Amino acid sequence: MNRTTQWVYGWLLLLPAMALLALFTHYPALANLWHSFQSTPKGGQPATFVGIDNYQQLVGDPIFWQALSNNLWYAVGTIPVSMALALLMAVWVNDRIPGRGILRLAFFTPTILPMIAVANIWLFFYTPEYGLLEQFTGAFGLPSHNWLGSKSTALGALMVVTVWKEAGFFMIFYLAALQSMSPHLGDAAAIEGASRWYFFRRVTWPLLMPTTLFVLVNAVINAFRLVDHIVVMTRGGPDNATELLLFYIYEIGFRFWDSAYAAALTMVLLGILGIVALAQFFFLERKVHYQ
Amino acid sequence: MSAALNVYEPRGIGRALETASAWLLGALWVLPLLYAFWTAFHAPEFSTRLSLTAPLTLANFVTAWQAAPFARYFLNTVLLVSMVLAAQLVLTTLAAYALARFEFPGRNMLFALVLVQLMVMPDVLIVENYRTMSVLGLKDTIAGIGLPYMASAFGIFLLRQTFKGVPRELDEAARVEGCTPLQVLWKVYVPLARPTYLAYALVSVSYHWNNFLWPLIITNSVEARPVTVGLQVFSSTDQGIDWSIITAATLLTTAPLLVAFLLFQRQFVQSFMRAGIR
Repeated sequence: MNRTTQWVYGWLLLLPAMALLALFTHYPALANLWHSFQSTPKGGQPATFVGIDNYQQLVGDPIFWQALSNNLWYAVGTIPVSMALALLMAVWVNDRIPGRGILRLAFFTPTILPMIAVANIWLFFYTPEYGLLEQFTGAFGLPSHNWLGSKSTALGALMVVTVWKEAGFFMIFYLAALQSMSPHLGDAAAIEGASRWYFFRRVTWPLLMPTTLFVLVNAVINAFRLVDHIVVMTRGGPDNATELLLFYIYEIGFRFWDSAYAAALTMVLLGILGIVALAQFFFLERKVHYQ
Repeated sequence: MSAALNVYEPRGIGRALETASAWLLGALWVLPLLYAFWTAFHAPEFSTRLSLTAPLTLANFVTAWQAAPFARYFLNTVLLVSMVLAAQLVLTTLAAYALARFEFPGRNMLFALVLVQLMVMPDVLIVENYRTMSVLGLKDTIAGIGLPYMASAFGIFLLRQTFKGVPRELDEAARVEGCTPLQVLWKVYVPLARPTYLAYALVSVSYHWNNFLWPLIITNSVEARPVTVGLQVFSSTDQGIDWSIITAATLLTTAPLLVAFLLFQRQFVQSFMRAGIR
């Protein structure tokens, strides 16, 4: 095949996918930037260029700052816990303990449920006085508590749901990595007299680094991408205690129909995702050894 | 698996301790799910009274099924999922083939542009994509839900890796036999990539079966709503707080995926693994 034919084939084969990507990924990202400098068209008035007005509104908007800080706390609260649990689960079901097939199933099942179903199940679980949690704490004589309805516990209660849903998903990747590890490493270390903890710390953990990175990036993205449970369980309340960034964008864009301000908020979210991408590319990839 | 597989597996008390903790965590993990099953299969008066003698009933499922057009919602979801998957398979195959086996100017830059979607997913571009769908007249249609996802960077990436692993000799042999590039793709690459296709298909189907926020935004009629959105509409407006019925509806909407998962557990787990390891 000559060079020109190669070119034509390459471009033509790529064209359909590229066209859709351009229309629904590249164009909206750029259009979003443009619209964030415009006003929201209202009634008969078309959108006008307003410079950084939307961003000034954003800086002065306490709900935005709360959503951002909630989202960071949500990330900090869910990611390390779900990753640590995932690793623990993977180590356990990798060992030949009795019933590990059933355990693996138990850990993994929440992963394939829709977040919306998970949210419904947990909403009932948390229901004051009726829910299983309340019956349990009530049996110990503890006072009734509205977990999702009080400012101090609502975000924490949502974090538990997220950890429950995601740990089993991350477990799969750790399990795959553990199973691909050569058993000779353990034999060699045992001959040298290394303890189990030493072996984990100095051999297993470094070898799991690529997996940890992969899981970490996914977990960070999910922390900013998935807000289905907010819609079902709290709608950002009480008093914005569970307002997350994407849910706030959804509210501004589709309940208050302020598309210009929603565009400015989306730029912040895109900025965060961009930082994740850059961090992955420049900082973490170099520190991780790939085979 | 031989007995000497892992010298660091705990023995004696350590092993008992590990088994006990693993089972405790496992029990904790299935508890919310078991509770949901309990509530769905019992009359409302038993949803807060856990008694072994409580009679089982399917009444909650019947009530839920009759109270909302779930049959239509299921049809919409099946249409959505199969449409998205079919388009994804075709588009990602062609694009991955181009990126893996053809030399053309701009290839690396185009690949980088594809990878942008791994970070900037349609899930976060809801405001602009809504605008685009309005212009295209695709608001409140199943095509409108699926279109932003049909060119999948993840799928292109995965298949490109797989295609790159296909020995060049097979490709060349087929060309010598007189195959056109598309015939080579169909006869050599696609059959060899079957495990990748299966893995990708399972991940894609479960993703789109479960997707919620974008379908919620872009649909507002029974004719276009997938089950996830239908479930939300049903449990937030129609029912007040009859938990037995809401829980039954929740399990109902999840059942096909859950049953498929339990039947093909191994394939599911291996697919998710394969999709993750890249």
